[in-house]
Amino acid sequence: MRVISTDEIYSKMKQVILDAGVNLPEDVEMALKKAYESEESDTGKEILGQLLENAKLARKERLPLCQDCGVGVFFVEIGDQVKIEGEHISDCLTKAMVDAYREGYFRKSLCDPFTRKNTGDNTPPMIHYDLVKGDVLKVYFMAKGGGSENMSRCTMLTPASGWEGIKDFVVRRVAESGPNPCPPIIVGVGIGGTFDYAPILAKKALFRPVFDKHPDPEIAKKEEELLTEINKLGIGPMGLGGKTTALAVKINVKPCHIASLPLAVNIQCHSARYKEVVF
Amino acid sequence: MSTYKLTTPLTDEDILKLRSGDIVYITGTIYTGRDAAHKRLIEALARGESLPFPVKGSVIYYVGPTPPPPGRPIGSAGPTTSYRMDPFAPTLYKLGLKATIGKGKRSEEVKKALQEYKGVYLGATGGAGALLSQRIKAAKVIAYEDLGPEAIRELVVEDFPTVVINDAYGNELYKQPNL
Repeated sequence: MRVISTDEIYSKMKQVILDAGVNLPEDVEMALKKAYESEESDTGKEILGQLLENAKLARKERLPLCQDCGVGVFFVEIGDQVKIEGEHISDCLTKAMVDAYREGYFRKSLCDPFTRKNTGDNTPPMIHYDLVKGDVLKVYFMAKGGGSENMSRCTMLTPASGWEGIKDFVVRRVAESGPNPCPPIIVGVGIGGTFDYAPILAKKALFRPVFDKHPDPEIAKKEEELLTEINKLGIGPMGLGGKTTALAVKINVKPCHIASLPLAVNIQCHSARYKEVVF
Repeated sequence: MSTYKLTTPLTDEDILKLRSGDIVYITGTIYTGRDAAHKRLIEALARGESLPFPVKGSVIYYVGPTPPPPGRPIGSAGPTTSYRMDPFAPTLYKLGLKATIGKGKRSEEVKKALQEYKGVYLGATGGAGALLSQRIKAAKVIAYEDLGPEAIRELVVEDFPTVVINDAYGNELYKQPNL
């Protein structure tokens, strides 16, 4: 058994979360730069320029990239040969997030769904656990904004709908969202599983680096096809027109029931704050 | 497409010269408000109470800023998505609100209210909260402090950059996607 202390997890994760709020991941910044160079619409280019300037300023001044510092989302993969010593790992991750949000002067954005009273410390984080084989602990963290989350949808298509049905739903979802989710967006698509599992697949897809290619060439092709269709919509940066509506489409697939074709579209704004940590 | 520098409070004359696509830099006092604050504003009106700020000629910025770090008047402060305030906006435009600043599409009711009461809807760049905060020179909570980031703040802004999305003539800058 490999022993990992929650002290170590706490200090590493707090640093990562503090950094995530102010430091746009390199791949996302690179994608925005590429889009800036290739965007043909003047307004679109202007917006992309502002976003790059915003990223630079946020990093330099340690100011949050966006006032919506998001819900803390964790995906935790615990190897079966790992023993976590100290406190409960959920308490440890929650504490790391709470302390980071306080020390970083991040906005606390969670509230009771009925009274809408703010919980005051950005709790609770959304934590998903997977027990895997091996002696490694992986923690994926994302600060997920509400505006893009609001534009996300899940549906149960019929098997007859097939790829054409999937494509139609995803492209229409992006079209109907228009300027609302802060384009250019990254589109996470979960296909298969069950009603509950498809959105998890979609969210997990958003942890893939912007420029990585799906290992299955058939799915990689489908991602390209969707990206091309989406960028033909002409929504553009902040919905003011242009060819950069999405920076990437990431598909995550799992087999499903013979009667079903679950589909989830999780939209991520351009402020894609995510990080993978391996212990 | 023209560029205007406007100082608050705004007048009908200010509003009527604006067209969708124009760039507008706002200077002066504006007020923040988002979901929970709007609900309270409308409830206060229903009870016959007055609003916590002078609504005539005012500008509401849909924002919930991050807490101010030491030495700064405000933290990051970019726009939130506006449609969530659509149920409340027409009532406020009727009372003399002249402009709202946010991002994203508005309802037909809001667009109609803009024409009827001479108002505009302005867009600011979403996700550029650090950058936009540089144009905010002062901030103080004036109502509903218990709402935290959703409290109503009075902001003093200097050349706050916006673009006219919906004008008072029924024009809109957002185009229909090419489906």
